[in-house]
Amino acid sequence: MTTSAQTVLAPARARTAAESVTVRRRQGFQHGGWFVAPFLVLFALFVIWPLLRGLYLSFTDANISGEGASFVGLDNYREALNDPLVWDSLGHSAYFTLLVVPCITVMAFLLAMLAHHIERGKWLWRLCFFMPFLLPSTVAGNLWQWLFNPGTGMINHVFGLETPWLTDKSYAMLAVVITTLWWTVGFSFLLYLAALQGIPGHLYEAAKLDGANAWHRMAHITLPMLRNVTGLVIALQILASLQVFDQAVVMMDFGPGPEGSTRTFVQYTLEEGFTSYRVGYASAISIIFFVLIAAVALARMWLLRNREEDGR
Amino acid sequence: MTTAAQTQVRPRRAWSPSQIVLTLLGTAVSVVFLSPLAWALFTSLKPETEAVEVPPHWLPRDWTGQAWSAMFDNGNLVNWFVNSVVVSVCVTAVVLLVSALAGYGFARTEFRGKGVLMGVVMAGLMVSPAVLGVPLFTTVQQMGMVDTYWGMILPQCAPAAMVYILYKFFQGVPRELEEAAFIDGAGRWRVFFTIILPLSRPSLAAVGIFTFIASWNNFLWPYMVTNNPDLMTMPNGIATVMNSYGIQWAQLMAGGLMAGLPLIIVFVFFQRQIVAGVAHTGLAGQ
Repeated sequence: MTTSAQTVLAPARARTAAESVTVRRRQGFQHGGWFVAPFLVLFALFVIWPLLRGLYLSFTDANISGEGASFVGLDNYREALNDPLVWDSLGHSAYFTLLVVPCITVMAFLLAMLAHHIERGKWLWRLCFFMPFLLPSTVAGNLWQWLFNPGTGMINHVFGLETPWLTDKSYAMLAVVITTLWWTVGFSFLLYLAALQGIPGHLYEAAKLDGANAWHRMAHITLPMLRNVTGLVIALQILASLQVFDQAVVMMDFGPGPEGSTRTFVQYTLEEGFTSYRVGYASAISIIFFVLIAAVALARMWLLRNREEDGR
Repeated sequence: MTTAAQTQVRPRRAWSPSQIVLTLLGTAVSVVFLSPLAWALFTSLKPETEAVEVPPHWLPRDWTGQAWSAMFDNGNLVNWFVNSVVVSVCVTAVVLLVSALAGYGFARTEFRGKGVLMGVVMAGLMVSPAVLGVPLFTTVQQMGMVDTYWGMILPQCAPAAMVYILYKFFQGVPRELEEAAFIDGAGRWRVFFTIILPLSRPSLAAVGIFTFIASWNNFLWPYMVTNNPDLMTMPNGIATVMNSYGIQWAQLMAGGLMAGLPLIIVFVFFQRQIVAGVAHTGLAGQ
């Protein structure tokens, strides 16, 4: 497109531009492969190969040593569909996602609005709200395990409760959710903050001139302008939350929580693979999980494309 | 400092009622947000017996650096810190190099099968050690890299997301800049290193900082691939070894702060770049 524009505008320069295109083509053909080769080698070894290997193992009864595996067809998949723990752990991850995603989206938005509208000390608010995100997941998990401790922890003490947070199945996942909100809201907060700063100021000035009050400006400028970032925050959070593992196991001392109530899907695949040594079966449920995650990601891409087409 | 700033910038707006309310609200929220960290800090400065007293209290009655010095005497922690530095620095360096080259290759060069490969890389966005942990582990095991630095580092070095972000960035660089250099006789590689890379410093900084944070805080993969306590990284060592022989809370909190401190310091110094980086890397995903 650039070249055709150039031929129209400056015929004298068109020839050199065209020459350079052929030069670029030729050089590109020689070198293009080398640019992507280092990445592709790593990608093939540590992403594609494990994926294919997982697919292969899922049709076998391989154990952790990888020796003497025999082909078992669809048995692993059949077993997975009838395994109550698959459904339980999937349910726990889904429940966690269902609680975390809306809460984090709303919290991140409110915190960003707050930090955006306070005129003084912007860096300080940013630092405060983002800081927990910088901690390793295990540190956040340990810290809140300690805070939720019924006797020596601060939460029951401060709120005057006697809740057995980590040992009762009706509270355990809730404790993991609260920890996660505190620990990860900072990332979505920064996304919202950046989006707020990206809204052109003249929109608000024009609206003010037209007599729109603060509420109208919020409903007709801020919220619509934040639609894209909200979609992004929700999508990233769904994908991350479905893969929850670290903080849950750390808070439950690497166990599945009271009555198995915080056993997440990732945890179950690792238990099958590394505790029961059933690599074939673990691979099968990993593949099921991969398909699920891919479906969510593809659904989002499909939604985005549809919306773009509607917009035109 | 505020007064100096105020005298310099005279037309600074006075505190309006709404600003006062917002600032008070912000302060209250920040106090709630930071109180868990304050609790960790105060706990780390208590003697172990005071740390587990019921009911709990905020400030230590008996301020002591016992937990901190015990942590340093216990050689493991220093080891883990070094391991974390080695792993995160190597991962960041490799990721930057490899994904900048690949992003540029996909954005600006032609080669056979480019479209198909790009599609495969996009599919790779959906694979993570959490999703395919077991098969990834058996692959690394086959390569004989369990309990080695290589085993920890290399699988973290193929992030499709970073390639995609840089690919998007390179697509936005005006072609005219490159063409001028080609006409002057520069080759593809020279153009890449002398023109493209210097232009993309902010994007590379964003990718680098995020890779570093992700790698420093990565728990799941090092946890799966190392059993040897000498090879563990900070998050891994704290979560497994320090948690295994009867938790000593003051020491655990000190260790946790030690693990979190480097990134907090980095954040305080590079705040602007990191915020721009989140915006950039995050929003590029759209």
